[in-house]
Amino acid sequence: MKRLTIEQLLGVDKFAVDDEHAHIKVNKEICSACNPKPCTFACPASLFCIKNGELSFDYAGCLECGTCRVVCPNAGIAIDWQYPRGGFGVHYRYG
Amino acid sequence: MAEEKVTAIIVGAGPAGSTAAYILAKEGHDVVLVERGTTPGCKNMYGGRMYSHALNRIIPGFWEEAPVQRPIARETVTFLSGARSVSMSCQNTDWTAGPYHSFTLLRADFDAWLAGKAEEAGALLACGIRVDELLTDGGKVIGIRADEDEMLADVVIAADGVNSILAQKAGWAKMFSPHQVATGVKQIIELPEETISRRFQVADNDGAAQLFVGDCSNGMMGGGFLYTNKNSISLGLVINVGELRRSQVKLPDIVEDFKNNPHIAPLIEGGEVAEYSAHLVPEAGLAMMPRLYGDGMIVAGDAAGFVLNLGYTVRGMDFAIASGEAAARTVIEARERNDFSERQLGRYMDFLKQGFVLRDLEAYQKMPQFLETERMYKAYPEFVTGLAGKLFTVDGRPHVPLLRMVMDQMKESGISLVQLAKDGWKGTRSL
Repeated sequence: MKRLTIEQLLGVDKFAVDDEHAHIKVNKEICSACNPKPCTFACPASLFCIKNGELSFDYAGCLECGTCRVVCPNAGIAIDWQYPRGGFGVHYRYG
Repeated sequence: MAEEKVTAIIVGAGPAGSTAAYILAKEGHDVVLVERGTTPGCKNMYGGRMYSHALNRIIPGFWEEAPVQRPIARETVTFLSGARSVSMSCQNTDWTAGPYHSFTLLRADFDAWLAGKAEEAGALLACGIRVDELLTDGGKVIGIRADEDEMLADVVIAADGVNSILAQKAGWAKMFSPHQVATGVKQIIELPEETISRRFQVADNDGAAQLFVGDCSNGMMGGGFLYTNKNSISLGLVINVGELRRSQVKLPDIVEDFKNNPHIAPLIEGGEVAEYSAHLVPEAGLAMMPRLYGDGMIVAGDAAGFVLNLGYTVRGMDFAIASGEAAARTVIEARERNDFSERQLGRYMDFLKQGFVLRDLEAYQKMPQFLETERMYKAYPEFVTGLAGKLFTVDGRPHVPLLRMVMDQMKESGISLVQLAKDGWKGTRSL
């Protein structure tokens, strides 16, 4: 089977993106000092990436698994993690 | 909604929550089942199969009405190492006759059905609501707050999944450490029904389940899974988060590598990806269990860490359903006595022990630690496939005695006799 990019994979999923609230926020200061930045490879949706040396994060394709919250070496401080507001976020049609 | 008080507020319309709501509502209790998704099941994913026994006790013959996919006829465990793979399969025709042993099913359909059963029995289902806080009074849980709305209950059942926000808000659960959980990722790959039956050599509507260990997890603690649905295959990986932290490979790439593994690719050939999903799996068993009950609250399902992975069986839904049942029985008894204190709700432990939930988790409590053995994911798959590869190869070279072949292969795979004996002993004792 042809390899799919993460954009293609997330493209088949259904989301109701909450434009007003980001349910996950990262602390850029703490994160810039974090060396391995494990969130950048552990996130199943690859939503964390490094742009111009800074950690950049997009909550829109979040699969709501919680991996980033656990894998973070500064757990509880660097990532402010919540589920999306009721009715928003990923909507699995199969699961 | 503020003034009214119900018997139970159940947070999370997954298998644990909906089972609890169904039983309580059927017994005539006022229950509200709160779900953050717009429909029950739309936030839920799992590998792909439910063992039937727990639900069959509560809704006998549930498969007659529930949206199940295929009853599993064949179980396979496969070791993967480079060009070689070794599989062990077990088929049992009894598994595909009533009472069916296990079914593949899709959670969006199935969880919606089960929540519907609770609603039909009289539970109030409220979807699209994220519970933000617990309401407490002097240390006792008395209700929930969602946005501006407050709702009161004699008891709250926290069935809000592995990332249990409620158990953490109550201070009952510590944030788990990375090695206690795994990330499960899955792709739903659509294929025609007949293609699946033919490809997996199963009769009519029967299904196959397959677990993989070795190359699929890049040497990390974890493995792959494959389950056949009616018109699709559930294919995915479960990898320990502690290991993911050390890895430098992107998880979505590991999944794509797995799909292109020469032993996997032919199984999904021609398929179309219809969904990509991810979820955390509690893996540490008793070691990560939160406080399960206290004044005014009970914790059930994934929120309580009720998952058991033995390497060849992976169970979560049957534990969730049985713990939902235990929670409901506890509330029914508490209601009779009008006592929702910690002491009375402690009966939850008795119900969990009378069933299989705590019994099985206790019986296999050494298993999570055994599965941390690094050799399970690289050296042993290499050894098993290497040895089998040699056994089945005929190429005109001189005969090598079996014992020597075994010793040579152990050396090649970097396994010492002492390690093998130790791991064998540890593995046997874990089971």
